[in-house]
Amino acid sequence: MLEAKAIAKSFRGLRAVHAASFEVPEGGIVGLIGPNGAGKTTIFNMLAGVFAPDAGSIFFQDKPIHGLRADQVCSAGIGRTFQIVKPFAGLSVLDNVMVGAFLREKTSSGARNLSASILEKLGLGAKRDLPASSLTLPDRKRLEVARALATRPRLLLLDEVMAGLRPTECDQLVAVFREINRAEGLTILLIEHVMRAVMALAGQIVVLHHGEVIARGTPEQVVRDPAVLECYLGEETEV
Amino acid sequence: MSVDLVLNVLIAGVLTGLVYGLMALGLSVIFGVVRVVNFAHGEMMTVAMYAATVLFANLGLDPFVVALPVAAAFFVFGYVLQTALINPFITRPEHSQFMLLVAVAIVMVNALLMVFGPDARNVQVDYQLDSFEIGKILIDKARLYAAFAAVLTAGGLFLFFKHSKTGKAIRACADNYLGAKVVGLNVKKYYALTFGLGCVCVAIAGCAMVLLVDVTPPLGPAYTLLAFVIVIVGGLGSMGGALLGGVLIGVSEALAGLFIAPSAKSMFSFGLLILVLLLRPQGLLGKR
Amino acid sequence: MTKASAALAVLAALLIALPALVGNYGLSVATLILYFAYTGQAWNVMMGFAGQLSLGHALYVGVGGYAAGAIFYHWGIGPWAGLWVAMALCVALGVVIGFLAFRFGISGVYFALLTIAFAEFTRIGFDHLDWTGGPGGLFLKVAQRDTWDVANFRGPPLMYYYTILFLTAAALALCAWLLKSRAGYYWQAIRENEEAAQALGINTFRWKMLAVALSAAMTSVSGVFYAFYYNNLFPEQVFNITRSIEIILGPVIGGVGTLFGPILGAVVLTVLSDSLTELLAALGWEIPGIKQVFYGVVLLAVVMFLPNGIWPAVAKRLRL
Repeated sequence: MLEAKAIAKSFRGLRAVHAASFEVPEGGIVGLIGPNGAGKTTIFNMLAGVFAPDAGSIFFQDKPIHGLRADQVCSAGIGRTFQIVKPFAGLSVLDNVMVGAFLREKTSSGARNLSASILEKLGLGAKRDLPASSLTLPDRKRLEVARALATRPRLLLLDEVMAGLRPTECDQLVAVFREINRAEGLTILLIEHVMRAVMALAGQIVVLHHGEVIARGTPEQVVRDPAVLECYLGEETEV
Repeated sequence: MSVDLVLNVLIAGVLTGLVYGLMALGLSVIFGVVRVVNFAHGEMMTVAMYAATVLFANLGLDPFVVALPVAAAFFVFGYVLQTALINPFITRPEHSQFMLLVAVAIVMVNALLMVFGPDARNVQVDYQLDSFEIGKILIDKARLYAAFAAVLTAGGLFLFFKHSKTGKAIRACADNYLGAKVVGLNVKKYYALTFGLGCVCVAIAGCAMVLLVDVTPPLGPAYTLLAFVIVIVGGLGSMGGALLGGVLIGVSEALAGLFIAPSAKSMFSFGLLILVLLLRPQGLLGKR
Repeated sequence: MTKASAALAVLAALLIALPALVGNYGLSVATLILYFAYTGQAWNVMMGFAGQLSLGHALYVGVGGYAAGAIFYHWGIGPWAGLWVAMALCVALGVVIGFLAFRFGISGVYFALLTIAFAEFTRIGFDHLDWTGGPGGLFLKVAQRDTWDVANFRGPPLMYYYTILFLTAAALALCAWLLKSRAGYYWQAIRENEEAAQALGINTFRWKMLAVALSAAMTSVSGVFYAFYYNNLFPEQVFNITRSIEIILGPVIGGVGTLFGPILGAVVLTVLSDSLTELLAALGWEIPGIKQVFYGVVLLAVVMFLPNGIWPAVAKRLRL
């Protein structure tokens, strides 16, 4: 579904990403991991249209999306969350999601219905009329996801969505993603540091180090890869 | 149109521009450090000008002499204003802070109107009409002294920020609010100090300016806008930029007044502002 | 009927019946209040909806007024045609300013300064424009004030009152409808967090331009009304930054971005300041500038203690 071919990005002479290539199969869940500074967020931003790659190309459903603006990328069918959540603080929870829903729904009632059902799915139904600013962090993360889902994406990009969550909260969110992936076939690409979530969700893992892809494969394969162990995971990692 | 005339106008423009520069310097310091848009800047300058006229009319004191006590009073005023009104507002959205100072500006301008009426006032010292002669070039004494006062104050401020402990602390607060707090700097106190210093600039600039122009209440908003034009053209956060911008505006105003029409002066300044905002928002000497 | 719509119905009835209840002076005050309410509402579209602080809105009032006024003055063409010219010009201006600002990434304080610069530039420009009367002003002929001549917008004060009442009601209805529509949601999203809005598929540049254009168009109508109500236009008066500030006082005091804020703000401000002026005149104090000092103090108090304006606090009290 998504194919990145040899994408590269430099910032003022500093090479952040170099000749990175990877694929995200339709209906799959791919995890992008690596130490800090490996270039994960830069790749993420290139995929999401925040900036264009200096070289290489990105194809989504066989159509090129490299160089598109962020809103165009979303229209094409890619939704994203932000590492530091960005709720519309002055709006209610429901209204937040409706903003996303209006991309595909042209009427207010259609948008409202879609938003309400998504909120239910994410366990925020009861809080729909509360101001978004009053939510706790885990709920804000759910809201962020709900809002992105309201744009009816075929691919969802998650940017360290588990950061700051307790293990039980993390597991709950993992269950939600698993369910949406299974029930609706939503493809997911997630950047994560929380290995617990990556191992539970990802069917494929791509490992990044110093801006280059150093390993690729199933969780079991990657976890045993000596290069990965050396740069990131350490010898004591358990599957 | 002789070369001498143009030269005279040019020099007058530079000198006036230096006083403008001092006024803008105050704004640059305030905006650069406290990050507050002092929309009442020109109004404060106008208050200083009126103070000079009152002190001259009643005590016969030369504006340069009263500049020091007026500056001291303005320092206190600025310090109190920042502490009482603005510091609580640091965390509020930008347009809130803006509105606050707009309100202060409105009150100031109209209070001046109430107290002094709409008629122009000025100061007429005995050397008002004297000038130095260098060949065919005439330099107004008052204008030269005013520019000198401006440069002196600016220089003093520059040295303060470069070398004194307090000055460096203020620069730290400007560069990194959180970082400064983390190392234990009382940022709010330094903000108040800075605002006070900005007001000192305005006070001295006002006392100097009152020798060059007549003062009326509407001068307040006009000078506020001028200060912003200069700061943006010269570059935010750059002290040299404020002075340079001031001179540039002073010269362009003088030349526009000479070649086009006196009333077109400000049009040029605003046109320049628009251009700078679009093409080089960090100004000539500023950093983004 | 809900509490809110009942209250609204009563208010509407009151406003329609107002001319029968107050004298000519009261009617002129009411007209002024509604003028500021309407113009404030127009400004509110740019600020409250799209989050762009315009401190040079007098530009649109002035250009709109002068456009329709000059056409009437030179060629006798009535305000209904002039209205379209006024709107077209103001929308073009707004689009230029918006384009320059958004393309170059100017926002916040810098955007506000840009709008001020444009207004000031235009003010001085019109001072030198002889076709519109220059600094001496443009004076429109008043054919008559007795019968309702809707085509030329000439008539008794009653006609002007009902016109501005209609305009204000229409603006309110438009804004209410917009707020609940996709446009309203998108604008509020942009105002709250532009980056997040983009990630949801919103072309923020296009929507911001739309808000600017709409606000400019609405404000131009205000200008046309002003021109044919006061019948004289001076660049110094019309484009003055004081006018721009007057425009925002209502919305800021009433509540930026809210539906009823601009109207409530205009009412509170005008009623209070007029009462104050009356009181002082009765006491023998007729000081120029005291009304504006009062405005400044009220603005200060509201900004400090009721940062979201009066309307949200009132609405909470009345549980609307």
